Amino acid sequence: MSEITLSVKGLRKTIGKKEIIKGIDFDLRRGEVFGFLGPNGAGKTTTIRMLVGLIKPSSGTIEIGGYNVRKNFTKAMEQMGCIVENPELYSYLTGWENLEHFARMLPEMDREHMNYVVELVRLNERIHDRVSTYSLGMRQRLGIAQALLGKPKVLILDEPTNGLDPMGIREMRNFIRYLAEEEGLTVLVSSHLLSEIQLMCDRVAIISKGSVIKVDYVENLLALQEKVIWFAEPRDTAKEILNGVTTVSDGADGALVTPYLENESAKWNRMLVEKGVQVNEMNRKLPALEDLFLELTGGESID
Amino acid sequence: MINLVRNEMLKIVRKKRILIVAGIIAVLVALFTYSQYREIERRLERFGDVDWRTTLQQQIIDTQNRITSSGISDEWKSELQLRIQQQQYYLDNNVNPMEPGAPSFARVFAEHSINLFLPLMIMVVAADIVSSERSAGTVKLLLTRPVKRWKILMSKYITLILSVSIIVVLFGVLSYLISGLIFGYQGWTAPVITGFSVEGNELQTNAIQMIPQWHYLLMEFSLVWFVALIVGTITFMLSVLIRNTPAGMGVMLAALISGAILSNMVSSWESAKYLFMINLNLTGYLSGQAPPIEGMTLGFSLVVLALWGLAALIVSFVVFIRQDIY
Repeated sequence: MSEITLSVKGLRKTIGKKEIIKGIDFDLRRGEVFGFLGPNGAGKTTTIRMLVGLIKPSSGTIEIGGYNVRKNFTKAMEQMGCIVENPELYSYLTGWENLEHFARMLPEMDREHMNYVVELVRLNERIHDRVSTYSLGMRQRLGIAQALLGKPKVLILDEPTNGLDPMGIREMRNFIRYLAEEEGLTVLVSSHLLSEIQLMCDRVAIISKGSVIKVDYVENLLALQEKVIWFAEPRDTAKEILNGVTTVSDGADGALVTPYLENESAKWNRMLVEKGVQVNEMNRKLPALEDLFLELTGGESID
Repeated sequence: MINLVRNEMLKIVRKKRILIVAGIIAVLVALFTYSQYREIERRLERFGDVDWRTTLQQQIIDTQNRITSSGISDEWKSELQLRIQQQQYYLDNNVNPMEPGAPSFARVFAEHSINLFLPLMIMVVAADIVSSERSAGTVKLLLTRPVKRWKILMSKYITLILSVSIIVVLFGVLSYLISGLIFGYQGWTAPVITGFSVEGNELQTNAIQMIPQWHYLLMEFSLVWFVALIVGTITFMLSVLIRNTPAGMGVMLAALISGAILSNMVSSWESAKYLFMINLNLTGYLSGQAPPIEGMTLGFSLVVLALWGLAALIVSFVVFIRQDIY
């Protein structure tokens, strides 16, 4: 088991009388991409803001690289780079001036590393232009560049693909994988899109209404949630047959829903055909966040 | 800390705030220089090229006529009376109160700008120094660096002190240079009378000193700088408290303008003397104007302003360090 780079224990936040975050625990390890998944308003951003020291937790501890964020703020922040929501940089300065600005706030300013970071996010051609002329994708990349300036162990990205086009999303995804695999960073990514988390994360925490419902490896969660949708005739015979080998539930428009299991599903299909059932349609359905939620929260709706 | 201040200065310079302020000051100085030039011309036409003593004598007579005319409030009357006594003193001592030249212009212009115009200029620079980071969202990047919050705010405050100093210097230099084009640059050593004090309705002349104009200007601009700094500090606090820059500016604007208006009508509301905006006219104590409320002295106003500044600074730091950033 590799070293723990970020550790959260019993994190709570109460605003007024309302408890927004109701006790969150998790540990992140070196070299992994960790997803933070939940609908808008679940407490993702509040939690992230507590991690980076913008909001004081009501109770609980956060350690980054072994340093407590409350007690040893500067040391903890040296271990971390972040983008909280949109990368809002100084639009009246150039990209390079922005980087210089943040580099001056580090214990040591390292021009070579600045150049390296610019190279890494492929902004070399436009780095001396004003940020106000940048596209959203370029701002996002500059945001990552400033997060990497301090050679952090932990990178915290709040909705990093928000507002990017499909190309940009793919680029960002590959880049995040690269940082984790090649540079050994721990990356915490939040998102409300399951498909995104699924493609870039190793592990994921599902958060709803201020608590973590589940922390698990992405493959496990998906396997749990993948479904097959059947349209077959006659419907009742088909249901009976499938009931004998797996669990069946009724879907919309007369569909039958069973779990998806590799190899098994094909066998079930052959069984149906052999028994003279006409299979009109057989669909493997990737889980939607909504379904995952309904399942995990026992029928609690997203909002 | 030097690096942090450098960052903040870079932002101020790039936002071109100081440039804008310098432009406004230059335009206003040019405007007043021209109007004063016209005034002198008009006088020349009316009286011919006469000695300043004759002009002063004429002014005293004019004022006396105004006092005797009906429909003038008692308050205004006593103020005019003081003015006459002062002018008479200048006349008796053979000192020209308005020696022509750029230094005199700068002196009088500063006197008139200290309680409204200059504070407004300071406000332009100070109002968004913190709140702009919040409304643009850059505060999230600023406060997640390995730097303690108080240091970040301190660097912003030091930047404010620097900007205030630059503006005050610019103010002096611009009014000297531009007005000198017309009035000439002479008059640094002309004598100026200071130390008038008012007791009841009587002008006290026992503490009076006659000093060279450069000395007077030095004292005057120190006071101007102090007022600018306090106004800057209070605006700074509003910038921390109010996330919305225009809203913060509005509050400060209301305070400054109400101060300018109140100064003329609070003589019977005594506790108003603890308001900072009533105390801004520090140069009035040098030139011997009657204070807005009886019993106010230079020392009193300095202490009141210093306390306001200190309180604003404490509030700024406490709030900024403890604030949750959403």
